[in-house]
Amino acid sequence: MTEKQKNSKESKKEPVEHVLVPKHEKISEKEKKELFEFHQIEMKDLPKILITDPGIKHLSPKENDVIKITRNSSTAGKAIFYRGVVSE
Amino acid sequence: MNNERPIYKYIDSIEFGLESPKMLKSIAKAKIVTPELYDKEGYPVDGGLMDVRLGVIDPGLRCKTDGQKLKESLGHFGYMELARPIIHISFIDVILGVLRSTCRTCGRILIPDDKVDSINAELDKISLDQGLSERTDKIKKIIANLRTINKCPHCSEKQKKISLDKPSTFMEEDRRLSPIEVRARLERVPDEDLSIFGINHLVARPEWMVLTVLPIPPVTVRPSITLESGERSEDDLTHKLGDIVRINQRLFENINAGAPEIIIEDLWDLLQYHVTTFFDNEVAQLPPARHRSGQPLKTLVSRIKSKEGRIRTNLIGKRTNFSARTVISPDPKIDVNEVGVPEGIAMKLTVPERVTEWNMDYLKEFVKKGNKEYPGANYIERPDGKRKRITDEVKEQLLEEIQPGFIIERHLMDGDISLFNRQPSLHRMSMMCHRVKVLPGMTLRLNPAVCEPYNADFDGDEMNLHIPQTEEARAESEILMEVQTQIISPRYGLSTIACIQDSISGNYILTREGFEMSRNEAIDILASAGITNFAKLPKKERVTGKEVFSCVLPDDFNFEGKSRLHKSNPKDPDSIVKIVNGKLITGVLDKANLGGGSGLLLRNLHKKYGRDKIILFLRDLNGLGAEVLMKYGFTSKLSDIDLTLEASKKIEDMKLETEKDVEKLITQYREGKLEQLPGRSMLESLEGKILERLNRLRNSAGELVEAEAKGDTTTMAMVKSGARGNTINLAQMSTIVGQQALRGGRIGKGYRDRSLSCFKKGDLGSNARGFIGRGFKSGLRPDEMFFMAMTGRDSLMDTALRTPKSGYLYRRLANAMQDLKVEYDFSVRDASKKIVQFMYGEDGLDVSKTEGGVINVKSIVESIK
Repeated sequence: MTEKQKNSKESKKEPVEHVLVPKHEKISEKEKKELFEFHQIEMKDLPKILITDPGIKHLSPKENDVIKITRNSSTAGKAIFYRGVVSE
Repeated sequence: MNNERPIYKYIDSIEFGLESPKMLKSIAKAKIVTPELYDKEGYPVDGGLMDVRLGVIDPGLRCKTDGQKLKESLGHFGYMELARPIIHISFIDVILGVLRSTCRTCGRILIPDDKVDSINAELDKISLDQGLSERTDKIKKIIANLRTINKCPHCSEKQKKISLDKPSTFMEEDRRLSPIEVRARLERVPDEDLSIFGINHLVARPEWMVLTVLPIPPVTVRPSITLESGERSEDDLTHKLGDIVRINQRLFENINAGAPEIIIEDLWDLLQYHVTTFFDNEVAQLPPARHRSGQPLKTLVSRIKSKEGRIRTNLIGKRTNFSARTVISPDPKIDVNEVGVPEGIAMKLTVPERVTEWNMDYLKEFVKKGNKEYPGANYIERPDGKRKRITDEVKEQLLEEIQPGFIIERHLMDGDISLFNRQPSLHRMSMMCHRVKVLPGMTLRLNPAVCEPYNADFDGDEMNLHIPQTEEARAESEILMEVQTQIISPRYGLSTIACIQDSISGNYILTREGFEMSRNEAIDILASAGITNFAKLPKKERVTGKEVFSCVLPDDFNFEGKSRLHKSNPKDPDSIVKIVNGKLITGVLDKANLGGGSGLLLRNLHKKYGRDKIILFLRDLNGLGAEVLMKYGFTSKLSDIDLTLEASKKIEDMKLETEKDVEKLITQYREGKLEQLPGRSMLESLEGKILERLNRLRNSAGELVEAEAKGDTTTMAMVKSGARGNTINLAQMSTIVGQQALRGGRIGKGYRDRSLSCFKKGDLGSNARGFIGRGFKSGLRPDEMFFMAMTGRDSLMDTALRTPKSGYLYRRLANAMQDLKVEYDFSVRDASKKIVQFMYGEDGLDVSKTEGGVINVKSIVESIK
């Protein structure tokens, strides 16, 4: 295997494994309820994420799921965001 | 106010519709048939565009519709019967959408009956859940999908492709659809199908988008101007309407006379052009209609649109009364929360004060002085709302009248509330509330310490001053906008208003280790600076500068910080600033502690003693700094930048060495042996390496100059305290100005293969490419001077081009974020309460309550110990 082939094989890694892709998790119905309760919001008030987003492919999401995203933050160390899954 | 009760209404929704031809006719008060405006006597022609039934713009005439005079009659619409239908340019897209999505024979929408209801239901759901803009998006999508259907599901008619030949011609495959046909098709679309297009059939029908009747706006909308010569100059709209009426009449005549189809069609197209430009003279595909002078006419759309339009200039941007604008100049003797107002301005701007039993005598004094003597009054307002100007002739009589309930508009006085602003207002600190201080002179005066937040200097800058006129406005300004409330920047949590320039140099000299003076001198300085509490000054013959400085500090203040020295020389006794019980024990005060955007000393004073006290600290600090400089003198002399013989020899050696290195790099390049930098070409690598080498020379020269220079000169005091200038500036003055950079690289342009004609072609050496290896003191060679002029012009152009760009960038940003708000759960949300950020700034901190964006836990723990 030449160096070039090796590289192309490596670059085929899942996007989720890349260092720059923050951690995506699906949260349970209970957590979802608590989140909505805490912020007094509904599904439509959440930021959205497409069901086809490569970052959540491995979670096999359904519409109206809530994805928890943990990002590195320059101010807070770790910052948590939530997004609602939409189909279009 | 009468005894009428105010009516409160809540706007639930607004519906936009179209006006039907029938409606237009019934609203209209006159039918316009002739393009003539005035008859021989100059009286408006009946049925002309200036018909008196449409309102009046001449004094003396009365409107025939409502019988009112000039400025009373609001004006009335007229109408004009169009000889042939005309497409309304603003609705082109809607018409195209409807034509494409409906059957060409039966007029039904190209969706089977059973699906229409479900689509309607879906649309309703979207507007309920996601909002109206999402609904319009969905409608667009549906219409786009219908384009591909080529058979009507209702009558099985085959559909043809409809395209738009811009700006306003519809084509069905290769055949032209006349507006008559277009209108006929739109008429066939049934009411029930319209909701899918987002049209409410109760207020709008699609065929009304093709005009058969043109409304003529009232003359009051398009007043004519009488020139000095007595000639009349008509408004752009009147001109345009004249064109329309003329062509329309010709079209009528030709149709009646049975003229050939070609002539009629040409006239029809011409009419379409005129009506289109009447609405919008900036349609991309059409040449704009012009005056005889060649300048484009300003028609309906251009009246409303863009920066010069009605909305941005007249509705959002209004002009204010009770405001002033002049050149600004500095006055270090007024407080930072004051503004010096020239007496001339103070006598024009007024503050209304209501007369009561208790202040009647006080207010009468102002009226007694009249409007020409300073603190006087300009107007008097009676309880019934009648306003009278106070003049010397009537003031005696007015004085008799005054009773409680009157309002006296007195001149501006010391201590009044004002808003002070400098454009561009990019900050909330660009507009702050200052106390008025009336001063002689012609300029507005401000304390140099507030230059920073306003970004002002005194090279001719002008600023605006506003005087709030009601108690509410004054209270709001004072509480929300006064200078002391703005000291800590919400951007980085440190002082924006702090010591600058002389104030830093002065305090630096004063607090330097080993600086001392006699006690008498110290009291002299403190007293001149306005500090009268000498209790903290030790009772001995000679006192140190630190002891003098401590007089400014409160007794219970403790602080520990680092001075600028700490970085280069942490062992220096002055590098740690330590204040114990209000006494400066060690450390020199410089920009790191007194300056804006860095000074933790000021931040701590602010936290402990509050915003009102910090104003007083600043006054004392600035005063002290200035007095020290005045007492001991602060003059920069040429010899401040002199180098010792050894130093200049060292620098000469360094220059030679650099020269050699550059030569070496160039030979390597010529021989192709140069090490290539990743992602760069060979030439780019060479340039990068040479630049790096030359910059290294300048920096090491700077360090050398700093190390060799005698430390106690005023120039060094400025550099070391951080008041102004840096070591590179020193090096530039004494030895090396350095490389002149043009667009990120060395100077290369000008002549073929060389920068200037005095160099050899292809010379890549440092001197031939804009390196200046001598100082300002010794003077520059002509070619070096020219290189400097080149970069100078380049940076001038750069700023001139960048300012409007960044201004527009800022405008977009501000408009996009203007209604974001932090809610009680710390989430950031937009106007519809959708979440943008779950925790404000990701850490939930209010930056203006932190120290430089972080919370100093250590100092909190120490303070409760």
